[in-house]
Amino acid sequence: MSIWYWICELLPLEMLRWDFMRNALLAILLMAPLFGLLSTMIVTGRMSFFSDALGHSAFTGIAIGCICGVAAPTWVAVIFSLVFALLFSYVRSRSNQAADTLIGVFSSTAVALGIFIATLGGGSFTKYNKYLIGDILSVTPGEIGMLALVLVAVLIFWVIYSNRLTLTSIHPQLASSRGIPVGVSQTIFTAAIAVVVTLSISSVGLLILNSLLVLPGASARNVAKNLKQYHLLSVLFALFAGVGGLVVSYYWGASAGAAISLVLALIFAVTFCFRKARV
Amino acid sequence: MKLFFHGGGCGDSCCLRVQDLSVTIGSERILHNVNMHVHCGELVALIGPNGAGKSTFLKAVLGQRDYDGVIAFSSPGQRERRPRIGYVPQSPAFDPGDPVCVADLFACCMSKRPAFLGLSKAMRTKVLECLERVHGEDLIDKRVGTLSGGELQRVLLALALEPLPNILILDEPLSGVDAEGTGALMEMLDEIRKTYDLSILMTTHDFSILDKYADQVVLIDRTVLSQGSPQDVLDSEAFRRVFHRGGGKS
Repeated sequence: MSIWYWICELLPLEMLRWDFMRNALLAILLMAPLFGLLSTMIVTGRMSFFSDALGHSAFTGIAIGCICGVAAPTWVAVIFSLVFALLFSYVRSRSNQAADTLIGVFSSTAVALGIFIATLGGGSFTKYNKYLIGDILSVTPGEIGMLALVLVAVLIFWVIYSNRLTLTSIHPQLASSRGIPVGVSQTIFTAAIAVVVTLSISSVGLLILNSLLVLPGASARNVAKNLKQYHLLSVLFALFAGVGGLVVSYYWGASAGAAISLVLALIFAVTFCFRKARV
Repeated sequence: MKLFFHGGGCGDSCCLRVQDLSVTIGSERILHNVNMHVHCGELVALIGPNGAGKSTFLKAVLGQRDYDGVIAFSSPGQRERRPRIGYVPQSPAFDPGDPVCVADLFACCMSKRPAFLGLSKAMRTKVLECLERVHGEDLIDKRVGTLSGGELQRVLLALALEPLPNILILDEPLSGVDAEGTGALMEMLDEIRKTYDLSILMTTHDFSILDKYADQVVLIDRTVLSQGSPQDVLDSEAFRRVFHRGGGKS
């Protein structure tokens, strides 16, 4: 961290005089490629609603962790999200209901369970606001370290698995005919999103998590012509929105998470206008 | 389930032998008592009404579906035990919005290097060679979602031909392809069959191509109702009964 602080001191930005802004910027530089990469596959695999549902299940996991008195409720939430994701995959593979219907079933159940547990015995809901709204400005060096580890893990996973995931997403029958176990691939990716979403929820917040997981990929999809452009643009959009949103929120005194989401929405609007230009 | 090379019977000329094949899914018997021989270099067309079990039959041959009975392969000149089967699945079109070009699709199927990093020069050359087999070099940078039905089939065919298979299996390759594309695709399959000495097994609802291109036609509806030369099958009583019309072309 001291090296990062030293770099920040060299930069001629007034907002980087504060440690909390330095931490927030580093967290964003780590989260942008993380969400940018995942976003491409979430959008291609039509899983944006599912990632939102996962965020809700993570919140429920945290509520369970808190009520049980566990020191780090995040890890309880990770386990709960994994169970949620795997259970969803199991039910989806054995149900004739549409995926969005099942997501609705799981999502509302998770939210209801979370609120029920959080308010059990007349408990206050206020302490969970951190997870609902999120506060990137209060991110700790420990959380940044964890984000770095998650990023490295996702990068390794991506290098090994992205070809199979892409093929599974765009044409499951073709993937199956090439010997790719489609169900296993989808489950592994689902589990990976569950872990990433849950670990990020305390620093980003549930409300804007989905925009970070969907908008970079959706914007890149508007203009990209191949996979290389798609990934590159998605990561660049996430980086630009992350840093831009942080700057905007500092000078305008608004929520950093909301500002990042709004910049992403603006990028989507701009790319939407240019979508017809592609071949 | 048995899957092995067989020798004898038709001698070396028999590439695929199916004997007493039956497939049951749940409590429903999809196929029963199916017997069929595909000879090397032959184009065999599998026809039948919707729900006849054609795709299930192909999946059993591909080893993707459990079955009872025998599916045996022989492959002259090949020492390996398991035959290479090229498969072109029945293809719903790709999403037009997918930012995936044809080169990306090949890289995802054939390369260990992540496709999102772009193609290496060697891989791009390899993809061009594959597309050359189906006269589709110009398609390499096109997005898969923008391909026409005929172009998509050519691309999927090029994928199925790498590595070169012993048998090529196509599930409804002509669906979604216009009349002009159908002729071009069948000419291409004929050329590929002769150039690479492949056996081709395909399902189709387009009877107009049978006379010109098929060596053998198998009419199937849960079991084999008729098989033989195109004219024999199209003139058969079973064909009239299943399709409620006289023999001849559609």
